[in-house]
Amino acid sequence: MTRYTSATDADREEMLAQIGVGSVDELFGDIPGSLRLGRELALGDGLSEQEVFEEFRALAERNTSAEDEISFLGAGMYDHYMPALIDSIISRSEFLTPYTPYQPEISQGGLQAMFEYQTAISELTGLPVSNASVYEGPSAVAAAGYVAKATNNRRRFVISRGVHPHARETLRTHAHAWGMEVVEAPLAGGVTELPELGEDVSAVIVQQPNFLGAVEDLASIARLAHDAGALAIASCDPLPLAVLKTPGECGVDIAVGEGQSLGNRLDFGGPSFGFFAASDALMRRMPGRIAGETVDVDGKRGFVLTLQTREQHIRREKATSNICTAQALNALAGVIYLSWLGRRGVVELVELMLQRTAYARDRLTHLAGVTPLHGRPVVREFAVELGAPVGEVIERCREQGVNPGYPLWRDYPEHADGLLIALTERRTRADIDRLADVLGAAVSAARESVGAST
Amino acid sequence: MIREADDTLTIFERSKEGRRAFVAPVLDVPPRSIDELLPPELRRTEPARLPEVAEPEIVRHYNRLSKRNFDLDTGFYPLGSCTMKHNPKLHERIAALPGHARMHPLQDPRRAQGALELMWRLQDALGEIAGLPHVTLQPSAGSQGELAGVLLTRAFHEDRGEHRTKVLTPDTAHGTNPATVTMGGYEVVKVVSDAHGNVDLDDLRAKADEDVACLMLTNPSTLGLFETGIEEIERIVHGVGATLYYDGANLNAIMGISRPGDMGFDIVHFNLHKSFTQPHGGGGPGAGPVAVSDRIEPYLPRPQVVRREVTGNGAKAFFDLDYDRPKSIGRLRGFQGNYGVFVRSYAYIRSLGAPGLRDASETAVLNANYLLARLRREGVMEYLPAAYDRLCMHEFVLSGEPMRRRLQVKTLDLAKRLLDHGVHPPTVYFPLIVEEALMVEPTETETKETLDHFAEIVAEILREAAEDPTVAQNAPYTTPVRRLDEAAAARRPIVRQAM
Repeated sequence: MTRYTSATDADREEMLAQIGVGSVDELFGDIPGSLRLGRELALGDGLSEQEVFEEFRALAERNTSAEDEISFLGAGMYDHYMPALIDSIISRSEFLTPYTPYQPEISQGGLQAMFEYQTAISELTGLPVSNASVYEGPSAVAAAGYVAKATNNRRRFVISRGVHPHARETLRTHAHAWGMEVVEAPLAGGVTELPELGEDVSAVIVQQPNFLGAVEDLASIARLAHDAGALAIASCDPLPLAVLKTPGECGVDIAVGEGQSLGNRLDFGGPSFGFFAASDALMRRMPGRIAGETVDVDGKRGFVLTLQTREQHIRREKATSNICTAQALNALAGVIYLSWLGRRGVVELVELMLQRTAYARDRLTHLAGVTPLHGRPVVREFAVELGAPVGEVIERCREQGVNPGYPLWRDYPEHADGLLIALTERRTRADIDRLADVLGAAVSAARESVGAST
Repeated sequence: MIREADDTLTIFERSKEGRRAFVAPVLDVPPRSIDELLPPELRRTEPARLPEVAEPEIVRHYNRLSKRNFDLDTGFYPLGSCTMKHNPKLHERIAALPGHARMHPLQDPRRAQGALELMWRLQDALGEIAGLPHVTLQPSAGSQGELAGVLLTRAFHEDRGEHRTKVLTPDTAHGTNPATVTMGGYEVVKVVSDAHGNVDLDDLRAKADEDVACLMLTNPSTLGLFETGIEEIERIVHGVGATLYYDGANLNAIMGISRPGDMGFDIVHFNLHKSFTQPHGGGGPGAGPVAVSDRIEPYLPRPQVVRREVTGNGAKAFFDLDYDRPKSIGRLRGFQGNYGVFVRSYAYIRSLGAPGLRDASETAVLNANYLLARLRREGVMEYLPAAYDRLCMHEFVLSGEPMRRRLQVKTLDLAKRLLDHGVHPPTVYFPLIVEEALMVEPTETETKETLDHFAEIVAEILREAAEDPTVAQNAPYTTPVRRLDEAAAARRPIVRQAM
């Protein structure tokens, strides 16, 4: 017996007698003896609850979290404040512990929450159909690509270099198996510069705002894509969509994105959720669960999983995707968060980030040696060139308890000294001033040490 | 008193202009004109019509919704192939520690040593359970783990200059298997089952040729039966140069008893939300790590969590992310995977240890066989016989075909009547090869009393149906809503709140 099982020795004997075997071992008689492990796994003995807690607390203490430093790290996941009501609601066992709502009569809570979530995503993206969530941001980009492939059967994706590097790589991983080619469109002046689009282009994929923080001209990009007969796909940071022209208004066919900033923890990268919204024309090609409204036999309003003939458990090899369970609990946190922000609050929050980001961008690019990487409008994230070795600058900042942002060298070797700086409403003017002081000093010191060594 | 209809009002319908739950932090920088920061042509013209509600109404709304859900913490949930075992409460507490929950995924690895060590130790533990030496934690769910397996197979063959076109899946396979094969760019070839519920070896031999890249197998199968011919299956599949893929949906039957790697599998995916207690969340999140053999290792996704040994005076080994993997299939998703799930699943492995994991599987199999034995009784077995007359592993499949024929009560009706008795029905109409199938997986965390009670309920429903089949045919009666019109929902889809 473990602390999670209840079969006593007496239970076991009664149960074995009922089954008609002499031992538990006999129940495994179908497994050939040569394939029986015959020893205990090399995992040691179990621990008490208290010992496990202490062990995992010790592991947590060896991490430097957003609790421990003034962090301007973003690049796809953001340290937003999570209102207390989210934890209070999503930790309720009725939301935490059920399976996918296969039995709608006893799953109305979860199904209605999906319906509400879909509505909120439709409102943010300006697109009429949202599914109930996909895994996360980058794989949502690949999922959108799969819809494009199925729609027009063309052989090439054009993806902007402004799309998150993880999403570009994820698309390449998938496209290879589909026999498709992935071509990168370069950035010019911080925004996407589309090449000539041939008739073999299945979809044009951009990010809004892009990885370097710049707001793209989505409407022009969608127009060029459509002129070539390709789909327009936008991967979006969902909060800025509260103020930006929506993908729907811009004529985008599919809007996807990473949903973490909507009420989900950082969690070292997951679980969060991906959102997936599309035009009416693509509804029956979408991946994943979709909740729909209907009535019961008494005419009472209710919700069900709908359009299931798209899905793997019905259509098997002809399904629109292999996705089944996705991120229902994380999407629930998302719709609670959006309800908490509300119609006016979501704009106020984004405008606050807009103002502080502008202040930060102004302060930092007036530091000696620091220049803007581009001059395009930004919402909550911007990039600078440091004119000094970025690794050394970051180290110096961190000695002062400030994490100044994400270095671009790995993903953008052309910006070897580039730094991507993200803000949320948690970073105050005092934090920004502290960043400016620390970064300014670190850049000067790094420039001096480079000067001294040459 | 609250009117019944109020329970279905959406949060949007509870909205009233001017209400709010959010108060913004003070603007502490010199304000600039929004037009200057973001030109009007880049801005949306209409605000997103999100709800306007104060905190008390949000809380009450979602609490009301929660009461319209059945859940594992409330009652028995024998949903086959889903492994609805208890989700320990400790896990939520430790996953919420700021050092885990507020950890940015792009934190410098030197400042993420606790997280990377946890992942490395989980990789090691899963490798030991699978009997395979290398593990990636990256896949987000079982289905993404399956896709990883198919893409790894492709990379393995391409690296040898081979271009194979087909993947074999048994007719009992989960729907995700064939869907994944298509997404992975292969053609699906179905292998039939024999009279005992095993893979038909002659059919397998006939279909296994040099064009076959892989056989995807669930073992024990979705029938809850161990493939007794697994050694011969391994010889056939490897004999044509294909890989053998293990769908880990049913791993809960064999932890610490038998290992897929020892059976000859090259690639194994785990569902951390099944055997390893990640709460299902009403449809996610989960995680689908993949374990592989040495020959598949070069192709694993990037980055890999590694332990770097350091030589020199007093130097300590440290944990790192390895991007330098030239033969890797690349990324399947962003960042490093669903870390919050890893915390919970590794805590489970630490809590149970080796003897506890073995005990969990033994008890899961004991519980399933006991429940099956309890249902082999007069008044039940003539309507709901076991699909295969064998001992089962952690789950079993019944056929409701005699019940439908003799009582005009379908498996769906039985499932709906179970709702009135406060238990979640088993998986229904799967696997496809069993008529009117019911797939029952009690798991190890249920008591004997719960299993006895379930057997009594099934017997009672059948007694009732023999007297008056319309009771089951029109069930349920006590749920928040009754049977819903799914056809209408699909014909004219309403997928968002009308404003």
